[in-house]
Formats: sequence, C-alpha cells, structure tokens
Amino acid sequence: MISVESLTKAYNGDAVVDAVTLQLPGSGLTTIVGPNGAGKSTLLSLISRILGPDAGTVIADDIDVLSAPGTEVAKKLSILRQDQNTTARITVRELVEFGRYPYSKGRLTEACHIAVEEAISYCDLVSLEERPIHEMSGGQRQRAYLAMVLAQDTRYVLLDEPLNNLDMVHATGMMRLLRSLADDQGKSIVLVLHDINYASVYSDRIVGMRDGEVVQDGPTSEVITPDALQAVFGTAFPVHDLAGNKFADYFR
Amino acid sequence: MPPLDTAVAPRNGSTRPGTKVRNRIRTVTSVIVVLFLASVAFFLTWGVDGHWDFALPRRIEQLAALLVVGIAVAVSTVIFHTLTENHILTPSIMGFDALYILLATSIVFFVGAYAYAEIPDLLLFSINTGMLVLGATLLYRWILSDATRGLYTLVLVGVIGGTLFGSVTSFMFRVMNPNEFDVLMTVLFASFSSIDTAVLGIASVLLVGGTIAAYRMISVLDVLTLGRDRAITLGVDYRRVVTVLLVIVAGLVAVSTALVGPITFLGLLAANLAYRLTSTHRHTVNFPVAALLAVTMLILGQAALQHILGYAGTLGSIINLAGGIFFVILLVRQSKP
Ligand SMILES: Nc1ncnc2c1ncn2[C@@H]1O[C@H](COP(=O)(O)OP(=O)(O)OP(=O)(O)O)[C@@H](O)[C@H]1O
Ligand SMILES: [Mg+2]
Repeated sequence: MISVESLTKAYNGDAVVDAVTLQLPGSGLTTIVGPNGAGKSTLLSLISRILGPDAGTVIADDIDVLSAPGTEVAKKLSILRQDQNTTARITVRELVEFGRYPYSKGRLTEACHIAVEEAISYCDLVSLEERPIHEMSGGQRQRAYLAMVLAQDTRYVLLDEPLNNLDMVHATGMMRLLRSLADDQGKSIVLVLHDINYASVYSDRIVGMRDGEVVQDGPTSEVITPDALQAVFGTAFPVHDLAGNKFADYFR
Repeated sequence: MPPLDTAVAPRNGSTRPGTKVRNRIRTVTSVIVVLFLASVAFFLTWGVDGHWDFALPRRIEQLAALLVVGIAVAVSTVIFHTLTENHILTPSIMGFDALYILLATSIVFFVGAYAYAEIPDLLLFSINTGMLVLGATLLYRWILSDATRGLYTLVLVGVIGGTLFGSVTSFMFRVMNPNEFDVLMTVLFASFSSIDTAVLGIASVLLVGGTIAAYRMISVLDVLTLGRDRAITLGVDYRRVVTVLLVIVAGLVAVSTALVGPITFLGLLAANLAYRLTSTHRHTVNFPVAALLAVTMLILGQAALQHILGYAGTLGSIINLAGGIFFVILLVRQSKP
C-alpha cells in the first residue's frame, strides 16, 4: 500500500496539490480522474520524487519514498510520464534496457535480458526494437516507454494518461494489458485517465480530484454516478447501464 | 498491440546495440584512429630536416599538451551536453572559462605583479582550479537541481554570467598597471609553443583523475540522456550526481584553460561531430570518439599554425574560426523543421 499523508505542493502561494491524504492499494487497478489542472500529474510527480513537495509524506509498503535511497524506491515504483519528449538517440531496445538500471547499474544480467525481452514482446514491439525512438509515431513511442516501465518490474506502476496518442484498438489493448498486470502479476496500477468510461470498465477503484483535492474516492460503481461525477467535473452526466458496466454519456 | 496477452517466449542471445549501429561505430572509430595516428606522425616529422635530437623532444612535449587539452575539452563538453540535455551549450558558452580568467586576473590585480611572480606556477594553478571548481559547481548546481528552472534560466545565467565575468575582467585590465598587464597576458594567453612543464604535469594528473572519474560514471551518464525526470525515477541520486559531474567539468575546463586559454568552439565541434558520426547516446563510444576528434583537430591546427601561417595568430583563433563557422551551420540546420 502507498500511504500519502498531507502531501502539498504550491506554486506562488497557490496549492495545486492541497494536503492530499490518500491510500493506494497494494494491488489492483486504481484510476485518478479529474478536470484539466486538477493536480493529477502533480500528485503523481510528487509520489515519484520528480517534484519535491512542500509538505507531507509518502510511504510505499515499508519504504519512505521521499528519503530512502533512490535505487530502493526505483525497485518499488515506476512512472510513465504524460509527455514523451527526448532528444536522446536511442533505439527501442536500448530504452527498454534502461528500465533495468535500478538492478543492473548498466551491466545487464541474464535476468535483465529476460525481463527486457518480455517487456518488448508484451508491448508488441519485437519488429520495432532496433528503431530509434525519435523515428517512431507518438503511439509507438508511448508503447516503447511503457515497455521500459514494465522492464523496471516494480510493484507499483504509475501512469499519467497512458492512452494519449493511442487509437481505439491500441487503447483497449493497453487497458487489457494493464488489467492483466494487476490480475496475473499482482501489481498495483495507478493511472490517470480522461475517458471515464475506460475508467469505469477497467478500474477497481476511482479517485476523483478537483482543485488539488481528492473529492471522490471509492469502488468504481460508487464513483460512476451522476452525483459523484458532478462533484468531480462540475457537470452532471447521465449514467447508463450497458452489458454490466456503467457508462457516462458525456457526448451531448 | 491487440494480441497482448499472448506474450512471446523470451529470445536469448540478444545483441546490443543493434548490428547496424555496431558496424557503423566500428567503421567510424577505425577511420578516426587512423586519422589521429596520421596526424601524430605528420606533426612529429614534418620539416624536421635532420635536427631530430633537438626537434623531437620539443614536439613530443607539444603533442602531450595537445593531447591533454583535446581530451579535457572533449570529455568536459560531452558531460556538459548530457547534463544540460542540450548539444549546443558548452562550458565556455556558459561562462566557465570566463570565470577562470576572472579568477586569474583578480589574483594578479589584488596581489600585484611582483608578489605574483613569486607565487609558484603549481600553487597558482591549484588556486585557480580550486576556485573555479567551487564557483562553477555552486552556481550551476543551483540552477540544474531545481526542475522548475528550465533551460532558459540556464542559458540566461550563463550568458549574463559570462558577460559579467568578462566585464569585470576588462575593468581590471584597464585599471591595472602595465607591468601587471604584461604578466597577465603571458599567463592567460599561453600557447602550445611555450608550455610550462610543471603545469603540464599537474594538468595531466588532473586530466587522468577527471577522465577516470567520468568513466566510472558512464552508466549514470547514459541514464541522464533520458532527462532529469526519468533518471530520478530510475533511482539516480540527481543532486549528488550533478554535483560530482560539475566538479569534473570545472576541473577539466581549468586544465585546458590553464594550458592554452579559452578555446570556445573546439568542444562543440568535436562533440557534435562525434554524435553525428556515431549516432549513439553511449558515452563509452562518444567520449573516445570526441576526444580523438578534438586532439586531431588541435594537432592539425597547430601544424598549420607552425608551418603554413608561420605563427601569425594563435591556435585558439584558428580553432575558434573553424568552430564558429560550424556552430552557425549547426544553428541554421537545427532551426529548420
Ligand atoms: N511549474 C509550474 N508552475 C506553476 N504552476 C504549475 C506548474 N506546474 C503545474 N502548475 C499548475 O498546477 C495545476 C495542476 O497541474 P497538473 O499538471 O497537475 O494538472 P493535471 O490534473 O495533470 O491536468 P491535465 O489533465 O491537464 O493533465 C495547474 O493549474 C497548473 O497550471
Ligand atoms: Mg496531467
């Protein structure tokens, strides 16, 4: 379990993550939803140490994320960021090998090679593995970075809008992959999504953020309701039952 | 990606990096090594006509200095590029050697020419280097370690810093007495034709130390090419690593500046040529290729200076001319979509 305690980040006096206290479970699929600027990316950046917080603590299982040695934390949680820009000239395979850095420090072991191979084939990149990442489409690059995160083989995997750049087929493939990571490997997947219907179909739990605060937090069926969604997004959507899942009709 | 659940069994015996890239790297390295050896042979033997016992030791010493400077400039520039995630900035553009010159000038200024002449070269070099390492590390660590200060702050601080250091230096030049100015000129615009053996000795020691330290950090440097954020999530202790790397860069800049004065564009030229030729991010490849290119260019530049220009000019000015042209080409090509 990741326990987030009173985590706060302010820019020029405006708290964009405002004393957030939150428990993320040790397994399953948790989705964070919320309008643009709600502080979702900032929250994930704080948990993964990319940003330093103004106050608060993050404990993942028994590790104090904000003060433990970097390598310990890197074996515990990994993150796929929202933007995938890089100037580095690297191939897909080299990128995925970087995922093993916390274990290998640059010298890949046999176990590392196996993890890299698995991650590459899991993400359907076998035919692209020699391709430099700056010569790939946005969706392909997204998958390459995901493969790197998978090679890192952490219990907690944070993903900021992993469906960006993906077509419908690949988006569904990505969600199925994340679901199977949670089910088959017992990982805890925490992701930010804008499409609440993907969230509804695939998540065990949904956290709703607004203005830097957690305003909804509960099992999927309790958060995909007109009232709860109104609290998060400030607009009421009708919610329909369809083949056992709840769908919010936000198109009209 | 649909058949994601049918994970393929892992293939063993993978080759890394890809065969195409490896072959290319091998070819490039071989050609550069040959070029380097040819330029060394050429430099040592051209126009000696018989006076070997006189010419050879002198040329070997010059060659040693060229090697030290070339390696120092190339390694420090490649590290700096990786740190700043940018291939156009160099320690010189960011004011490192302007700071060195300011420090050297202040010593002459405050101590006076007579007392200055009393200070042993070694001590002087150590003081200059120590101060540069301290100053540059503090300044640039402060900028690099905070995510919210981006590249623009870095460039701005570098350019403003460089200009400021330069103006303070020229102010000191103006108010100095001619004696002090003379002393300073011989210190600052040292050339390969008049090398101080003691300084060359300690510079080589520093170079070897810095280069070994850089090589020990090669895998971290590779990770840093992914950018600060990803390096952190892969477990790199960013603040510590940045500090160590800045110390190495500052030490290497001190080495080259002490021996030949500022040679702004050499590092830029060598590093970018290396990236283009090898097309890999791996520092195990880019360090030696960039270093060999830098040394070769220095040797050819020095040979041209001695034999073609008859010492009319300095090596620095030749390198800066060639490098400046390359820099403009680089900027123009990068600004195209
Ligand atoms: N470096 C920064 N300086 C000032 N304000 C910032 C900075 N980074 C983010 N913010 C502000 O913090 C707030 C939260 O940003 P964040 O990126 O966490 O939102 P988000 O929920 O991920 O939004 P989106 O859905 O658009 O990705 C925004 O209002 C943003 O303007
Ligand atoms: Mg975001």
